[in-house]
Amino acid sequence: MTEVLAADGRPLKASLNRALRRQKLRALALIAPLLIFILVSFVMPIADMLFRSVENEIVADTLPRTVMALEEWDADSGDVPGEAVFDALYTDMALANEYKTHTRLGSRLNYELTGISSLFRKSGRRVGRFDTDVYTDAFQDADPAYSDPAQWATWMADDTIRANLPITADTYDAWAQMIVEAEGDVPAEEEPWDFVYTALYQDATAGADLPIGVDLSGIEPVSLSAQFADVDEDWLDPEVWQTIKIYSPEYTNGYFLNSVDLLKGSDGIEARPESEQIYVTLFIRTMIMSLSIMGMCVLLGYPIAWLLANLKDSTANLLMILVLLPFWTSLLVRTSAWKVLLQQQGVINDVLVWIGLVADDGRLQLINNQTGTIIAMTHILLPFMILPLYSVMKTIPPSYLRAAKSLGATDWTAFWRVYFPQSIPGIGAGCILVFILSIGYYITPELVGGTKGVFISNRIAYHISSSLNWGLAAALGTILLAVVLLLYWVYDRIVGIDNVKLGG
Amino acid sequence: MLDAQNAFVAFDRVQKSYDGENLVVKDLNLSMPKGEFLTMLGPSGSGKTTCLMMLAGFETATHGDITLDGVSINNIPPHKRGIGMVFQNYALFPHMTVAENLSFPLEVRKMGKSTREEKVKRALDMVQMGDFAGRRPAQLSGGQQQRIALARALVFEPELVLMDEPLGALDKQLRETLQFEITNLAHELGITTVYVTHDQTEALTMSDRVAVFDDGRIQQLAPPDELYEKPQNSFVAQFIGENNTLEGVIQEIKGDTCIVKLDSGDTIDALPVNVAEVGERTKVSIRPERVEFNRDRLHADAHTLKAEVLEFIYMGDIFRTRLRVAGTDEFVIKTRNAPDQARLVPGEMIEIGWMPQDCRALDA
Repeated sequence: MTEVLAADGRPLKASLNRALRRQKLRALALIAPLLIFILVSFVMPIADMLFRSVENEIVADTLPRTVMALEEWDADSGDVPGEAVFDALYTDMALANEYKTHTRLGSRLNYELTGISSLFRKSGRRVGRFDTDVYTDAFQDADPAYSDPAQWATWMADDTIRANLPITADTYDAWAQMIVEAEGDVPAEEEPWDFVYTALYQDATAGADLPIGVDLSGIEPVSLSAQFADVDEDWLDPEVWQTIKIYSPEYTNGYFLNSVDLLKGSDGIEARPESEQIYVTLFIRTMIMSLSIMGMCVLLGYPIAWLLANLKDSTANLLMILVLLPFWTSLLVRTSAWKVLLQQQGVINDVLVWIGLVADDGRLQLINNQTGTIIAMTHILLPFMILPLYSVMKTIPPSYLRAAKSLGATDWTAFWRVYFPQSIPGIGAGCILVFILSIGYYITPELVGGTKGVFISNRIAYHISSSLNWGLAAALGTILLAVVLLLYWVYDRIVGIDNVKLGG
Repeated sequence: MLDAQNAFVAFDRVQKSYDGENLVVKDLNLSMPKGEFLTMLGPSGSGKTTCLMMLAGFETATHGDITLDGVSINNIPPHKRGIGMVFQNYALFPHMTVAENLSFPLEVRKMGKSTREEKVKRALDMVQMGDFAGRRPAQLSGGQQQRIALARALVFEPELVLMDEPLGALDKQLRETLQFEITNLAHELGITTVYVTHDQTEALTMSDRVAVFDDGRIQQLAPPDELYEKPQNSFVAQFIGENNTLEGVIQEIKGDTCIVKLDSGDTIDALPVNVAEVGERTKVSIRPERVEFNRDRLHADAHTLKAEVLEFIYMGDIFRTRLRVAGTDEFVIKTRNAPDQARLVPGEMIEIGWMPQDCRALDA
């Protein structure tokens, strides 16, 4: 195919693009404020939140040496890790204590194994008072140079010495960094802390040449595992170590497993104990209740929308105002009103008792359960069903029904075979709106749902604001989002998204 | 004239009011024999569509009786009347294919599948749309949709078919083709048809009889030629075809002719139609093609009028000449483009006249 040229000899396509560029740029400039606003305030936070569902850098960041040392350890052995791991933990813990990061790590790991939080807090408090000061004293007694901060700084700047004393060099660097960052002091003026001498001792016992020879044969080695065990026996529990090891990678699927009532055991994925399984039930309940609310909205909204579409305009406008009235009332007020109406001593029960339908001692439980949530949410979401239905029905000319009747169809057949199929796009739009809104609804179930009538979103809110387990909240949210997208896809396959009309 | 008892469709003193204050249809009486093609013609708001809707059962008569084949149908719901109907916007069901649309009236009549298919095919072939069975209405052109709507109204073999301005949305050429097809089909199948339109050409070319509606009444019910040539009142004369109107007072009535003294003072010959006595005001109506300006072709004693040629329009097959006559500038004459036909020049003064039977003295 030959390229079409414009009058000036340029390719026509290029000319056209150039002509349209200005228009496009102007259009872009018009949407730019909104686009930027949405990106900054909506897309980015959501992306960040979703990222949290897999992010797990805290373990490797806080306990880098321990995580490395644990690589050698076989989690399935059922044994406590070796002394090298405790040596690393000592350094990590001493540093983390200064940075105040050990408690955060404790909270994080506590989601996986209850009790770790207090274990870390206790160990952090005690790690500065371990018996490792015997090493410090030994070195400082042997030569005063070992207690001279400036001398330490010189040694640690010397590459040969650093190569000789790898553990000490690494530990000193971490300590020096901590002194600057956490304490605001100059390392060359501060005497190194016990754990640096411990590292020096470890290098020396490994056979390294010390800058100034020291006879260490007289020192009784301090067992760090014993020291930690002294703080808390739990350090000798392999389960604690398994948890640390399982959650040491930077990314984890642990939150997602947790969201579907599974957990990461030492030998793969396994189900949670029955008493801890809640999320799958909650997801299913959320789905079923959202579907019921959607169904109720269709049943209640369809006749009203039909009436609205077929009344004369002035009457229809008045009715439309009544339909929209709930929109203009605060959500909280509406929900509280339902509390007044639905409670056991409330208006509805009173009326039922007064009529004699219900015995006084058998008042119906209409609130703080699923019934309450379904009633209140159907009321709140009804306009979202009626409006798209109405706008679609408004476009169906009455002549179709007349045509059907003139062809011999009864009122019902004419409705069911001719009118109803044409209103399906409205039902589809309404259902999608109501379902997606209700699946993520939070305030109403919280207020009228009790314990049995709450949704997964209430759980997400709990993890965001109370338990502060944001990773789990993010994972639950991601699953919810995925489910909605999946249902949308299924809907598109069955009904076709082109069949959704919000009006016109 | 048919009486209400043996007519196929009859309206007997039917009245209709929507608001309880104004009558949309006033005292309607109409009888149709079987097989007739009757058109209800009238300006919008004249009550013609309301009549059709009452016949179809979508509106109930406020007063009076509508009978179909001798049976009163006032209380029969529309779906039991068995009347085929073609709607203005076709009302083809958009979610069904053409075949499903046609099959619908058969399905609700619980016909078997093979019968349905056979009837649908026959109906589609009848309107030359056999190849379109699988299409959706939205994939068809206006004319094609119209044919399908027609086929759907006929597929269940109703004896009476109603059509509500079915060709209103089509272009002129297509409309003419379909007018021809619809009349042919109606006559071939022997169906009784009630056709509503506001297009007088359509009414004249298609119908056996035309009922001209105005102000809720039938102004005249007659075959097309009679309607055109012998309008019974000035509304019909104005509404059907082009018409010249002159106003005046009856000066003299003798037998089947009368002399009218126009407001300009001239006198003319006319046929008294619905004028009764001397001194009554009248509107006389003369068709443009019946005006004669060749003195030789008129009676020797015929009254003539002086006329000034204002405009000469060449229209191909005819010439249309506008004249100033008896104080009006809108007097039009039409002459055939024949080789010996004179072509008038603006400014020319001529003398015009007509046969008394072509000039009808009607109500004022």
